[in-house]
Amino acid sequence: MNSNNILEMKAITKTFPGVKALNNVNFKVKEGEIHCLVGENGAGKSTLMKVLSGVYPHGTYEGNIVYKGEVQQFKNISDSEATGIAIIYQELALFPELTLYENIYFGHEIKKGITINQNETIIKAREMLQKVRININPSTKLKELGVGKQQLVEIAKALSKDVKLLILDEPTAALNEDDSKNLLEILRDLKKQGVTSIMISHKLKEVLSIADTITILRDGKTICSLDKREHEITENEIIKNMVGREIENIYPPRNIEQFGDVCLEIKGWSAVEHKMNRKMLDNINVNVKKGEIIGIAGLMGAGRTELALSIFGNTTGYKTQGEIFVDGKKVELRNPREAIKAGIAYVSEDRKRNGLILIQDIKQNITIANLNELAKFNVINKNKEIGVANSYKKSINIKAPSIEQKVGNLSGGNQQKVSIAKWLYVAPKILILDEPTRGIDVGAKYEIYTIMNKLVEEGMSIIMISSELLEIIGMSDRIYVMAEGKITGELHGEEATEENIMKLATV
Amino acid sequence: MNLVKRMGTEVVGFGKETGVLLKKNVRDYGMFIALAIIVAIFSFATDGGFVTARNMSNLINQMGYIGVLAVGMTLILIIKYIDLSVGYVVGFSGAVAAILMKSYNMGSYTTILAVLAIGVFIGLVYGYLVSKVGVPAFVTTLAGMLIFRGLLLLITEKTGTIVIKDKAFNAIGQGYIPDITKVDGLHILTLIIGVVAIIGMIISSIIKRRNLKKYNFETISLPMFILKCTFVSIAFGYIVWTLSKFNGLSWTVVILAVVVLIYSFVMNNTTLGRHIYGVGGNAEAAELSGVSVKKITCIVYASMGLLSALAGILYASRFGSATTTGGAGLELEAIAAAYVGGVSANGGIGKVSGSIIGALVMASLSNGMNLIGTGASLQYIIKGAILVTAVIFDVMTRKKAH
Repeated sequence: MNSNNILEMKAITKTFPGVKALNNVNFKVKEGEIHCLVGENGAGKSTLMKVLSGVYPHGTYEGNIVYKGEVQQFKNISDSEATGIAIIYQELALFPELTLYENIYFGHEIKKGITINQNETIIKAREMLQKVRININPSTKLKELGVGKQQLVEIAKALSKDVKLLILDEPTAALNEDDSKNLLEILRDLKKQGVTSIMISHKLKEVLSIADTITILRDGKTICSLDKREHEITENEIIKNMVGREIENIYPPRNIEQFGDVCLEIKGWSAVEHKMNRKMLDNINVNVKKGEIIGIAGLMGAGRTELALSIFGNTTGYKTQGEIFVDGKKVELRNPREAIKAGIAYVSEDRKRNGLILIQDIKQNITIANLNELAKFNVINKNKEIGVANSYKKSINIKAPSIEQKVGNLSGGNQQKVSIAKWLYVAPKILILDEPTRGIDVGAKYEIYTIMNKLVEEGMSIIMISSELLEIIGMSDRIYVMAEGKITGELHGEEATEENIMKLATV
Repeated sequence: MNLVKRMGTEVVGFGKETGVLLKKNVRDYGMFIALAIIVAIFSFATDGGFVTARNMSNLINQMGYIGVLAVGMTLILIIKYIDLSVGYVVGFSGAVAAILMKSYNMGSYTTILAVLAIGVFIGLVYGYLVSKVGVPAFVTTLAGMLIFRGLLLLITEKTGTIVIKDKAFNAIGQGYIPDITKVDGLHILTLIIGVVAIIGMIISSIIKRRNLKKYNFETISLPMFILKCTFVSIAFGYIVWTLSKFNGLSWTVVILAVVVLIYSFVMNNTTLGRHIYGVGGNAEAAELSGVSVKKITCIVYASMGLLSALAGILYASRFGSATTTGGAGLELEAIAAAYVGGVSANGGIGKVSGSIIGALVMASLSNGMNLIGTGASLQYIIKGAILVTAVIFDVMTRKKAH
């Protein structure tokens, strides 16, 4: 082993039921460098960092972690923290109602006897805050700071634990340009003080400006490690390595000669999350024609799901601005009921949490959104219900012994078919599918694509949000790419290549 | 379906099927088994005193208001909320009824309607606070508990216990249905109603089973089905027989039966019932499927308010009076009955009929322990243990299912 490597992860393999998230990954980090980890969604970046930090304890993965020259067997996060590894997640793990010093020393309080030594804590906290260039009274409550500063407080917290290896999972995803720049500056400061950093990021420009070394993961494998000190790295080189795959022909063809009129149009759509006062969506303009499949591409956190939910009756509770037109008529959709009435349906990306009622059976899940169709004077015609459920079970091939099977016992693909069937029974004009094939096997994917084709051939319009570039390219007639809450581009036909999408998604 | 294929045609598999059924429905059957054990133990311990006509009649009438509350509480628990104020709302409604009749000379029918309306209003206020304002249900109904405790004291403090003299009103809690003729001291109308009910039950089970078969759903085998029907008929028939030996069916039982029938129908056969189960099973998914979670919450609390008021009427008429502390602690009895009756501690699952059995279990316990002279202290401890055991049982069986 090279003596100046602070960390070497050797042949790491991590399997989840049905998926190999990491496949023989090797990852080396030199002492004192800033090392960026890039890759598509699902490439295995976060999983690798979770293995490193002990979130996935020793024994749940194969391979070795050599850190500071010793093989480490972390059982949990506190094990890894004890050796000077600190991980900062996208979602901040801070307490808005506590002060900065309380936040920084939460979990490793400075004590005098059995009580907390308040004065000492404040003095030390001020020191840590200065290291991240915050000159604010440590007794300020966290919630009074902006997101950018809060991120820095999280780093200060890591520093207070005497961090040697700092891991940042998309630290700038939620930050504006100034805050991002500031954060990168601080990382450079820390580097001078001898702290090694690993940063996961989707923003390639940022990566190129700060990284000493860049490691690219794809489909759970290490593709390459590029050392900026050895040669100049270009954005194209990274993108090529991120996506370079053979395109397989797994997308069934469909027969649509011409699209109809525009059936859904979103104009100047913006949304603000008011708790943090963050702009989630910024002046979105999107339209969908009858019979069209629109793809919405983008990386995690680009605002795709937020866009879908804010249109579908705004269950996120954002403050929205802009106009929605369905079939040329302006509509106001204040809740999912109004959206459904207007002809819009939304199949959630998180089918277990937001899509299905797992403790109920297939039949009940399929009919819940349209029970009125089955009922006379609110009394459900159960025979009719069984007929409806059975016909969907057959037509979209839900594999289960009977429609009385609890949905919680079905496989991911069949669960997804049930969520789709629920909306088919409502017969919407526009169907929004959020990550329709996430976590399901190839065979079921093909079936879902076939269903989508049949639906548009029958005149429905589909908006598909997906993180899988090939799927977006293979299925969409037109692709919108989103980044940081904005539409950064619209791609037609030949323009829709993985490289082009990635460029727009990493603006 | 597999079960049918594997065992339906063979009588050899009968024992095995019993095992499979027990394992699969351990939560439902457990309740009946517990009830049987309780009845057996107390019958033995009281030398049959427990199963005399008088005591059975007493037990069932005692259970009336708790049963009504348990029905309402079932819905509340299904959508993962709670109502701690039920006990004092019962006391308060009873006192309001007494005052309306005594001081304002209101007729019993108008009084009943007025009290029920007040109950609905209370429930709607809770529903509004919980769903629209976002006050946690625990806090809302705890505040309600305090407020109604205070209100009850306020309106009864000058007079103390208010005796109700209205005969029609008191008949609700004390009276029995009239008889057409008496034969050998048996209440004939009660017997007729009982027989009709048993026949109705059997016919509806047969229709249900035929439907299941038609759609190839899982059904139990024919011998098992016959056994189950026979067992239920005998148990039910025995109760009716015993009641008819005493005074026959009480109005309380009739009211409880009507409430259970209506609520079972609503929960099993209407869009509203489906929406309630949906909200309990996964509120986010229900909302995104176009169900208004807020509206459902308001309806469920309004129903709880209505049933609390009804229970208040039953309670006051049973004792023929309203007292300053009436109804105290009934909320806990109702919650316990619902949990013992199979409502899931995680919401989304539970049956109205189950909660009635739960109420019967709890009432049998109280009644039996009173008969053998168990002290109040020990009674509370035993009831607490039964409640936590029921929920442990529930959590364990559901864990295994996953």
